[in-house]
Amino acid sequence: MHFDLTDAYRPRKSAIHRLDPRVKLVVALLYILTTVAMPDGEWEAFGLLQIVALAFAWRSNLGPFYAFRRAFIALPFILAALPIPFLMPGPTVWTMPVVGWGVSAPGLVRFLSILLRTWLAVQAGILLSATTRLPEILWALSVLRVPATLVSIIGFMYRYIFILADEAVRMLRARSARSPKATGPSRPSLLWQGRMAGMMVGSLFLRSLERSERVYEAMLSRGYAGQVRMLQAFHMGRGDWLALLMAGVLLAVPVGLMLIR
Amino acid sequence: MHLSGTPLHIPDGFLSPVVSIIGWAIALAIIVIALRQTRLQLGERQVPLMGVLAAFIFAAQAINFPIAAGTSGHLLGGALAAIVMGPWAATLIMTAVIAMQGLLFQDGGLLAMGWNILNMGVFTAFAGYAGYASLRRLIGEGPRSRLAAAFAGAWLSVMVGAIATAFELALSGTSPLRAALPAMAGVHALIGLGEGIITTGAVGLLEVTRPEVIRAGEEAPGRLGAAFTLGGLSLALVVAVLSPLASASPDGLEFVAERQGFLRSALEPPFKLLPDYTLPLVRNEVLTTILAVLLGTLVVFALAWLVGRGAVRREHARES
Repeated sequence: MHFDLTDAYRPRKSAIHRLDPRVKLVVALLYILTTVAMPDGEWEAFGLLQIVALAFAWRSNLGPFYAFRRAFIALPFILAALPIPFLMPGPTVWTMPVVGWGVSAPGLVRFLSILLRTWLAVQAGILLSATTRLPEILWALSVLRVPATLVSIIGFMYRYIFILADEAVRMLRARSARSPKATGPSRPSLLWQGRMAGMMVGSLFLRSLERSERVYEAMLSRGYAGQVRMLQAFHMGRGDWLALLMAGVLLAVPVGLMLIR
Repeated sequence: MHLSGTPLHIPDGFLSPVVSIIGWAIALAIIVIALRQTRLQLGERQVPLMGVLAAFIFAAQAINFPIAAGTSGHLLGGALAAIVMGPWAATLIMTAVIAMQGLLFQDGGLLAMGWNILNMGVFTAFAGYAGYASLRRLIGEGPRSRLAAAFAGAWLSVMVGAIATAFELALSGTSPLRAALPAMAGVHALIGLGEGIITTGAVGLLEVTRPEVIRAGEEAPGRLGAAFTLGGLSLALVVAVLSPLASASPDGLEFVAERQGFLRSALEPPFKLLPDYTLPLVRNEVLTTILAVLLGTLVVFALAWLVGRGAVRREHARES
């Protein structure tokens, strides 16, 4: 299995990268909220929201289609909404050839709206993590009253995911080196393979537990007293307030359009 | 990397704003309790231990084994974390994992994260722990009994998470309950077996190499509280579904009220997957699924009990 673990942050020199992380977090959440709250079939509003997302990507020097292209990662989940066009009552617009299932017009509108909402909302998340380092997002979260201990735990996790993922990849590589794919009757049973995977998980757990003990002792020897302190601090400048205001206006346009209609 | 077989990470856009915000409110309340509980349990080790173990669950989800046709089984981890660390610590560990997946890899939405934390963190941790602890009490002492209980707990944890997801999608009007519930329950009854096997393997290894680690997990706070909390959470979920909130999203639960005839054919695939999942006497599909899930749970637990009990007897016979 290919284990591709790369940080989502894309360092660029751009006005968006330099913004206060609080602004970026709040704007991303507002954008997602606006998108998710937009009623079905508001195609113009969805279009405008897409333009806003493209503009942010372009201003981040990532290329306008950076997030648009990557948003497909959420698509597998659309399977969950697949029954909607068939099950929602309404005039039938198309019948599936062999099985004879009817697709209703309102069902189709709802399905497409869910698809678009997800496509748009995911872009906001992609842009946030591409322009903001994770420690900065965490700092913004703690300033915005997310429990500090939880934020510290996530911050701690961030330091170790790459190390432990490497450890897991080494174990997987060792496994495939020792056990080439056997076919035919000599192939070990699924149950056995699953138990072996479980044992690998167990030994990874022990290594992680031991590592956490070493880390804790190292922290103690450096004066840790139960509180993780962050050195970073941002101050909201004029540009940050301006960006917040502009983003608010940009998001108000599709909402206004929807309300006028 | 995250083309997982468990479609439980809900992206933004699938849950209505009201449902999402309710999820965040419940999740935050539970996280605050979990933070207090683990502080009591671990003291100032809390941050480094929880952080590293969250990274561990994240990495352990990459350890897979091929099943069939390009799909592979891997761990969700909530039940394993609950067994070795106790349910409250597991809640925190899984919260960190889901937050990281959402923030860094867009695996699950930001607004939908409240429910993702509840589905894959809180429900899996408490359901896994409740299943594990209650079976342990039923079977009695012995290493084999622990493995059987771990299997049942892990299976249950996946089922509860999947069923909760189906309810949330239905509440938001993005997936009709009578289609989502049987599909989610059916697929995850199988995925849960994989979770059970991996969890059993991990617990088995720990028991042989570091038994004191497992014992520490059993003494963690929340032992008695686990079943109670799970019961409360399920009750809250049922109330939420039956409350007027459901009708606030008009096309949520009832927009498939008609088309009964179609439904029977639409629901064919998941039922064929598990033929014993339909009880022909009951008409309503949702009720049928819930009954089938309860029955399936009973079967898994009874099997685990029999296996564990038999192993304990044999051990006693050998001793005497």
